Amino acid sequence: MNPENRVEFTKDMMDYTLLAPNMANIHFSMLVNIFGQYGYKVELLKNDGRAVVDEGLKYVHNDTCYPALLVIGQLIDALNSGKYDPNKTALMITQSGGGCRASNYIHLLRKALKKAGYGQVPVISLNLSGLEKNSGFKIRVSMALKMLSALIYGDLIMLLKNQVEPYEINKGETNALSQKWIDDISEMFKNGKGYSMREMKKILPQITKEFSEIAVNKVNKVKVGVVGEIYVKYSPLANNHLEEFLFSQGCEVMVPGLLGFFLFKTDNRLEDVKLYGGKKIKKIAMTVAIWYLTKIETMLNDAARAYGNFTVPAPYAHIKEKCTKIIGAGCKMGEGWLLTAEMMELIESGYGNIVCAQPFGCLPNHIVGKGMIRKLKELYPQSNIVPIDYDPGATRVNQENRIRLMLAVADENLNNA
Amino acid sequence: MKIGLDVGSTTLKCVAIDDNEKIVYKAYERHYSKIANMSAKMLNEIVEKHPEFARAQLTVSGSAGMGFAQSLGLNFVQEVYATRIAVSRLLPGTDAVIELGGEDAKILFLTNGTEVRMNGSCAGGTGAFIDQMASLLEISPLEMNEIAKGKEKVYSIASRCGVFAKSDIQPLLNQGAAKKDIAASIFEAVVNQTVAGLAQGRKIVGKVVYLGGPLYFLSELRNAFDSGLGVKGHCPDDGLYFVALGAAFSSKNEAIDILGITEKINSFVSSGEYLASKPLFNNKEEYEEFCTRHAEDAVKTDGQLYCDNRVYIGIDAGSTTVKAAAVNTDGDIVYSKYMPNSGDPVRLIKEFLIDFYSSFPSAVVCGSAVTGYGEEIIKNAFGIDVGIVETVAHYTAAKKFKPDVDFIIDIGGQDIKCFKIRNNAIDNIFLNEACSSGCGSFLQTFASAWGYDIESFSKLGLFADKPVDLGSRCTVFMNSSVKQAQKDGASIENISAGLSVSVVKNALYKVIRAANADELGKNIVVQGGTFLNDAVLRAFEQEIGRDVIRPNISGLMGAYGAALIAKEKVKEKSTIISKEELETFEHKVKAVVCSGCSNACRLTVNTFSGGRRFIGGNRCSKPVASTETDSGLNMFEYKRELLNAYVPFNGQRETVGLAMGLNMFELLPFWHTFFKELGFGVALSEKSTRGLYVKGQHTIPSDTVCYPAKLLHGHIESLLEQGVKHIFYPCMTYNIDEKLGDNNYNCPVVAYYPEVIRSNIPKLKEINFISDYLGLHRPKDFVGKIHAILCRNFGDIALSAVKAASDKAYDEYHRYMNKIHIQGLQFMKEAKKRDLPVVILCGRPYHLDEEINHGIDKLICRCGAAVVTEDSVSPMVEKFPTDVLDQWTYHSRLYAAAKYVADKQDNDINIVQLVSFGCGVDAITTDEMRSILESKGRIYTQIKIDEISNPGAVKIRLRSLFAATGR
Repeated sequence: MNPENRVEFTKDMMDYTLLAPNMANIHFSMLVNIFGQYGYKVELLKNDGRAVVDEGLKYVHNDTCYPALLVIGQLIDALNSGKYDPNKTALMITQSGGGCRASNYIHLLRKALKKAGYGQVPVISLNLSGLEKNSGFKIRVSMALKMLSALIYGDLIMLLKNQVEPYEINKGETNALSQKWIDDISEMFKNGKGYSMREMKKILPQITKEFSEIAVNKVNKVKVGVVGEIYVKYSPLANNHLEEFLFSQGCEVMVPGLLGFFLFKTDNRLEDVKLYGGKKIKKIAMTVAIWYLTKIETMLNDAARAYGNFTVPAPYAHIKEKCTKIIGAGCKMGEGWLLTAEMMELIESGYGNIVCAQPFGCLPNHIVGKGMIRKLKELYPQSNIVPIDYDPGATRVNQENRIRLMLAVADENLNNA
Repeated sequence: MKIGLDVGSTTLKCVAIDDNEKIVYKAYERHYSKIANMSAKMLNEIVEKHPEFARAQLTVSGSAGMGFAQSLGLNFVQEVYATRIAVSRLLPGTDAVIELGGEDAKILFLTNGTEVRMNGSCAGGTGAFIDQMASLLEISPLEMNEIAKGKEKVYSIASRCGVFAKSDIQPLLNQGAAKKDIAASIFEAVVNQTVAGLAQGRKIVGKVVYLGGPLYFLSELRNAFDSGLGVKGHCPDDGLYFVALGAAFSSKNEAIDILGITEKINSFVSSGEYLASKPLFNNKEEYEEFCTRHAEDAVKTDGQLYCDNRVYIGIDAGSTTVKAAAVNTDGDIVYSKYMPNSGDPVRLIKEFLIDFYSSFPSAVVCGSAVTGYGEEIIKNAFGIDVGIVETVAHYTAAKKFKPDVDFIIDIGGQDIKCFKIRNNAIDNIFLNEACSSGCGSFLQTFASAWGYDIESFSKLGLFADKPVDLGSRCTVFMNSSVKQAQKDGASIENISAGLSVSVVKNALYKVIRAANADELGKNIVVQGGTFLNDAVLRAFEQEIGRDVIRPNISGLMGAYGAALIAKEKVKEKSTIISKEELETFEHKVKAVVCSGCSNACRLTVNTFSGGRRFIGGNRCSKPVASTETDSGLNMFEYKRELLNAYVPFNGQRETVGLAMGLNMFELLPFWHTFFKELGFGVALSEKSTRGLYVKGQHTIPSDTVCYPAKLLHGHIESLLEQGVKHIFYPCMTYNIDEKLGDNNYNCPVVAYYPEVIRSNIPKLKEINFISDYLGLHRPKDFVGKIHAILCRNFGDIALSAVKAASDKAYDEYHRYMNKIHIQGLQFMKEAKKRDLPVVILCGRPYHLDEEINHGIDKLICRCGAAVVTEDSVSPMVEKFPTDVLDQWTYHSRLYAAAKYVADKQDNDINIVQLVSFGCGVDAITTDEMRSILESKGRIYTQIKIDEISNPGAVKIRLRSLFAATGR
């Protein structure tokens, strides 16, 4: 990396507005509130539409993956809007690290900023690998803990919301409840509460309880799982409002949570040591981290099981064991084997109709997405998977037509069952 | 009483069936995007002829019907699903269905696990593709079918997308290949595309049914499928109506009042909401002012012959048009012609010359020059004096209009060429890469699809109020964007304007990738036939926010420039063929397979009267008389020779098969030595060929992965054919660390392709496929890990033996890499001594494969340059900071090579980077390479390669590069 070319986010920049792209709405809303509590004025970008894509096309190599193009387009479009003073604005972007080209987003963003005349805007990397540091941006322990618990709360709310909303009798009730919880949790965080294991153990089942009490009409609906490249999977901007579309077609939608991805990324480091050798201390540290995350996962899943009759995803360790029979645990770039594992898990828990959403030409997806569908079909003949490519030129008509085909088969399976 | 309505992308199909499911009405028509009206008309007709259908069940299907079915609350069924219903009911026992539509291709497997597949968004082996190809040959699809019956041979044509195929077909046409053979090749390309894109590992066998327009109408396409699949497919009489029938069958809703709904459909005005850009012209005055301004940029086109009768002829044998011009000693055009290239440029030029000689019997041709794709054949056919690279011809012409021109953009029939001028030399060239051409022929295709010629079609858009914003993408994508716009109720005027805008956007953002107008230059000359359309010109000026110059002979510039150069360069009498010779001129074409080497190139041998000859289709200089320019300094060849020395052998232990693809191209010295030392035998897959690719293509799961990865499927088949019992192909997240970057990854495809192979080639279950994860970057740990793997697969092996073998293997690998470094330096020294330019041909190890690089290395040598590789210079560069994350071993070498050239500041040493289509990480490396080079004022040249490459475009790039560096 070329250190001279980087504009750092320093301590005197605390009054800056930090713009961040939106991905998973529930999770990110809580994260923004946490940042606010620590004095960072973070704003999630919700600008949508052609202008975002056009800015992206202008400033990013057009063959680069769609998420990079969108995220960068969205940030530049926001700076162009005049709503923010470019001399008082910083950008925040996640950086995954690893052998996928996605680890380059931040550098592409900086290149683009320079090209667009915003060279002075600092870019903060949010990463799990310690890739870059900024003197003005520190994540304190309490903050990290809150962020982690926001992730857990987010996963649970998303899981429950997805299973209740399609069946609710009073339209809007589920959405209101999840918004209520987002607010409540943020409020608790603000008061220094709600993020210890002890408290979460109490609050999480409470959430399940309230969701289970929403009046529903349990009709038989087509159950669809969504997997894919992480940004395209969650972001409506990237996936042409996929969830909305599936809802409009009368489906129930399951989207695997973020904790699994977290576990996966942590576990990769341990796998690396196992496969290629490495320091013992790294091995121990990672083993501890996984033990901790697994404990949280158990808590999350127990909470989801506490009330009602919700479908709860199988634990990470379990899906890993099953999945690594068909793909190696060393396959770690991008979503790696986890994507395949999520498909297996979805199929086994009754969500065999799957949309595998990926950016056009996504490298890891050649392997773990499209590359594994045949194998999955062999193992689970009833599975009904459709890979959908997203990019600036792909049109909704084409994508929806292919999804409809998958749904037609799903309908038939549902009726024959 | 059931009615099924199938609204496809280009056609409308309707059937009505009575209660006994007997068809009482059927209709098939092109809808020219007037979907609502035509549907209403058909429904009315049904009720008119069969009043009992006044109340009937109605179900809509088809991609373009989704919108209006939804808005009117009509029953809708997805079209593939409808097909399935119809087939199961009408043709029970069918195993597989292949259905080609206007823009979709589908395969349905009905037995042994139902599966339905549709082409992805990047797939062109469809009706629209066939139409496009037919229009390229200037015949109708039905005529194409007729002539294909007389085929003699078949060429390889990429059919992934129309644009690729065009760049394959054009050179064939230019080389004089017969249309009937090309027609047959196009059908075969469709078959290959369907199999490669959709079969995804499932063999198409048993009772096969062909459906959809193209298969219904084109018997030769059916035959191509029959022979490609080894089956005898059946195309039912109602093959066109299966979707509509399926829709009718699946009607479960209530019967509705058909005339009532017809009325609704007729008055159905779609939302009218689509993304729009601003109008091109707000009023007639604006347009007139625009026209007046551009009328000023003109040269005389009615020049006279002076008493010396001297003329100079320039010819531009372009990809889709052939242009020719004759100028007098003042440079005024006295005669010119602009002709569509109907696939026979020789005939066109012959006609031009005959016309010219008879119009100007007294003219003395004093010089002639030719440029463009057909340069060589025309030069040989007519004895033209000089051949010039297109860029130079265009620059010469542009200077006539604007002496201080600093940017030229030429949008021609199927390519976009842009170049920057600095210090009176061409400094930077942008050519559209195979996947993004959205040029003249692209407008042409849309125009003819709606029954217009290109001129009147483009004029439609001038005063459109809300041009559709179609974005900037390749033709195949554009088709679906247009489809969507139609659905949203965009008028043809607004679509026309939108297409003109997207041509411009494509050029600006895909080819040049400009962030703003200032980046282009201040004095811009636009040219090429496409800019003759005012709508495109206006869109361009609007998009960059600056007035530009469009010469009145915009379409002739190449020919005009060539004529000017002829005037300048040829001092004595021209060698061009005389009027008398022309009268007896003959052109014969013969297709032969070259026996010069194992490549077995398919050659077209053109012979002309006077004994002149031109051979096309060759990948090396063997079949043509040696031109003596070959530098003979080719590192690619050297590396291949080094690798060829690692031959298969038997050992006292088991034989292990290695697939010669992707990273094995570099690691062969390692594994070969390693297994030899341990007493194993080693078997290698055969050399890559197109045939090898086809052998494996039915197991490729992702049609957008790079060609080097796709080839691997063939290599595995090759090993299986050899009867190998163990295949060793480890997954490697990490590569060897050469300390040039921040990390040492492989790209995801190289790293994990063994996983894809394992899961998608069923036959591997019968043998031992070893694809464990291994890291060569930690030699000490490696020993233990590989030891465990070997013991697991082959029983006990002593750790010490493994350790010794591994040491030897690492040594061998380093020796191999070092040889490359030393030989590279040697070649550079030699080049300096002989005053030859050096091209550092950068890529990845597997670009050595001749099936992947299509002989580009040899082509460079034939241009008289030495070819050196990135890994022969990278060891001379220290790790340095880059603007992107530098964490892939292969990339680090690329950046190092760029740095080497940038620092070296020797005009004779330049970078050419090979990029495989679909390589996602190269989206990052190419930009970074360019910025490293340009930061020191050096030129960056990129060549995109895929299944098929276009040597014509490659040559332009190389020759322009040499021209720019003063060679």
